[in-house]
Amino acid sequence: MINATGEVVLLVQNLTAEVDGTPILKGLNLEVKAGEIHAIMGPNGSGKSTFSKVLAGHPDYTITGGAVIFQGQNLLEMEPQERARSGIFLAFQYPLEIPGVSNIDFLRVAYNSKRKHAGLEELDAFDFDDLVRQKLDVVKMNPDFLSRGVNEGFSGGEKKRNEILQMALLEPKLAILDETDSGLDIDALKIVSGGVNQLATAKNATILITHYQRLLDYIEPDFVHVMEGGRIITTGPKELALELESRGYLWVREEEEERVKVQG
Amino acid sequence: MKNMISMATDRTFAQFLKQCSMPNDGTLLPEAMDYLQALHDRGSAQLHEQSFPTTRDEEWRFTDLKPLQDTTFAPSAKLKLSAAEIRALMLPETHESFMVFVNGQLDCAEISNPPAGLLLSNLGLTFVSGMLLNAPELPIHNYLAKQLGADERFTALNTAGFKDVAIVWVGENTIVDMPIHLLFVAIPGQTPTWSQPRCLIVAEAGSQLTVIEDYITVGDGVHFTNAVTEIWMAENAEVNHTRVQQESQMAFHIGKTAVSQARNSRYTCNTVSTGAKLSRHNLEIHQAEEQTETTLNGLTLIGDEQLADTHSTIAFTKAHGSSRQLHKCIVDDRARAVFNGKVLVPKAAQLTDAGQLSRTLLLSSKARVDTKPQLEIVADNVKCSHGATVSQLDAEEVFYLQSRGLDQTTAQKLLTYAFAAEVINQIPVVSLRDRLAQQVRMQTQD
Repeated sequence: MINATGEVVLLVQNLTAEVDGTPILKGLNLEVKAGEIHAIMGPNGSGKSTFSKVLAGHPDYTITGGAVIFQGQNLLEMEPQERARSGIFLAFQYPLEIPGVSNIDFLRVAYNSKRKHAGLEELDAFDFDDLVRQKLDVVKMNPDFLSRGVNEGFSGGEKKRNEILQMALLEPKLAILDETDSGLDIDALKIVSGGVNQLATAKNATILITHYQRLLDYIEPDFVHVMEGGRIITTGPKELALELESRGYLWVREEEEERVKVQG
Repeated sequence: MKNMISMATDRTFAQFLKQCSMPNDGTLLPEAMDYLQALHDRGSAQLHEQSFPTTRDEEWRFTDLKPLQDTTFAPSAKLKLSAAEIRALMLPETHESFMVFVNGQLDCAEISNPPAGLLLSNLGLTFVSGMLLNAPELPIHNYLAKQLGADERFTALNTAGFKDVAIVWVGENTIVDMPIHLLFVAIPGQTPTWSQPRCLIVAEAGSQLTVIEDYITVGDGVHFTNAVTEIWMAENAEVNHTRVQQESQMAFHIGKTAVSQARNSRYTCNTVSTGAKLSRHNLEIHQAEEQTETTLNGLTLIGDEQLADTHSTIAFTKAHGSSRQLHKCIVDDRARAVFNGKVLVPKAAQLTDAGQLSRTLLLSSKARVDTKPQLEIVADNVKCSHGATVSQLDAEEVFYLQSRGLDQTTAQKLLTYAFAAEVINQIPVVSLRDRLAQQVRMQTQD
């Protein structure tokens, strides 16, 4: 839902970032309000994934300029875990496997670290078990997955469902889904996007990073942004995604170049 | 001219041998004394003309025994723990099926309602009853100090001077439901002491046993443990063996596990080594007949200035044998781990299926591991694999956990624990598994 007067959850201003001395983000601007769903599309190498990792605080990226304000706080000064506890959630493109730590223990530690941050009492194993079983339904996950190692031997679809399960538990203010749809068959895609839709409310916000318009058939964005060369070069309504699907990205780039010329 | 060259026994071994004496608790029958004397003499003779290992020996290349050699040891005293101390060391699953040895000699034992066919004993009790010596069905002579490799230097030293033997004998088709806990406690003295625990496990045909062999130190002081365990498995026997070495950081620990497997037998060994300043475990599996299975899971977790060395050998001899080996090391501070995994597949051992994986996690820039697979394969129709990884904690994994709200230290601890858990989770006794898991969490906490 477009929320013109709503609370600004995330404000990104002229953000620049590099990895190993190579600039990737080159002046990115974005405003996300509560209740909104934003899709960021763009060709490979445009900086989409970098942007999501920078928001989550990945240590490989160096911020060289600009600002990111999350709920009135300077996000860039926060450690990754502080960001997570304050309500940022990144669903990974490639969720990691951690054999030796059971999924349920991992989920409980994560959940409790957030509760502790909020000044709430931590849940014990029994109460947490009840809670997590309710949330399993969001992504139609088999309870057997709880006792297995984190993502250990999970299929691609199961890993992505596990990400959404974590999101359901952590109830983030801002969810960033980094190519959550890639590698999913249509059934898994429906389950995952069904989960995301259930979790999206008027109080939180979602950023979908994707290659494919297909995801947007299931999760309807309020805005579609096109990233190119480390910046958002155009923004439009959800129909823009369809146009990108049929015409590719090149025309957007040409229009942008045209616009820059006219301005110059 | 007569050849007058005659090497004397090495000075260090001679020192140790001088201190070896017969058990003298007065419970042994004369024929038992004769038998033991002969064994001691044999061990002593095997050490004759042997030099003390140095890093010039291939088998001891990475483990320098100089600190052991430079320490003067005296025999450890025969001591007892209090009932409360023993209670604190027991596991709930084994509080009625254990033996405690202090400085290599029996302190106490408990066995309630053992299945017929299980004998839990020590040298004194055995020989008092005369059972193992005299009963034709329990021929201890055929087993004690009879494993291949008995002439290896430290094994021979143990044979030359052990004071007692923990004996677990499982008769034919006997299924022992309760795990057996063999606890070897070292109580050091004012000055450095040494002791030689010895253990004999015989699993007769079709029998099943779960056994825990546990080494700890109670008290402070430098000590040296030279332990030998022999395991004999008859046809179709199954032994699940957990060996835990958690001696104090002032300890020297040299241990041997020698296993002989007959046809269709299945042996599993879970080793956890976290103790001792300098430790060496020689794990030697002899697959004597067809279709035997061996599973070895090892975990070494060390820090400070510790050195922990594991040398394993799996010797296949006949067809259709299989082995699975996973050896993991977590090395912190300036500690050093050594792993040498030998797999021998001679011509007769066709259709062998052997897999070995060594994985090391280095937690500090000064930590070190020397890991070496050593496969000697002659047979031509076999499946043998090996692999070795040495890594630090994966930064991506740490970030993944941080992105879920865990702080960096918690994330690192959790990942370190997870690395160890793959081995610890194999231990079949829940309370021991939990205790070790807890200890790993503590040890990786700083």
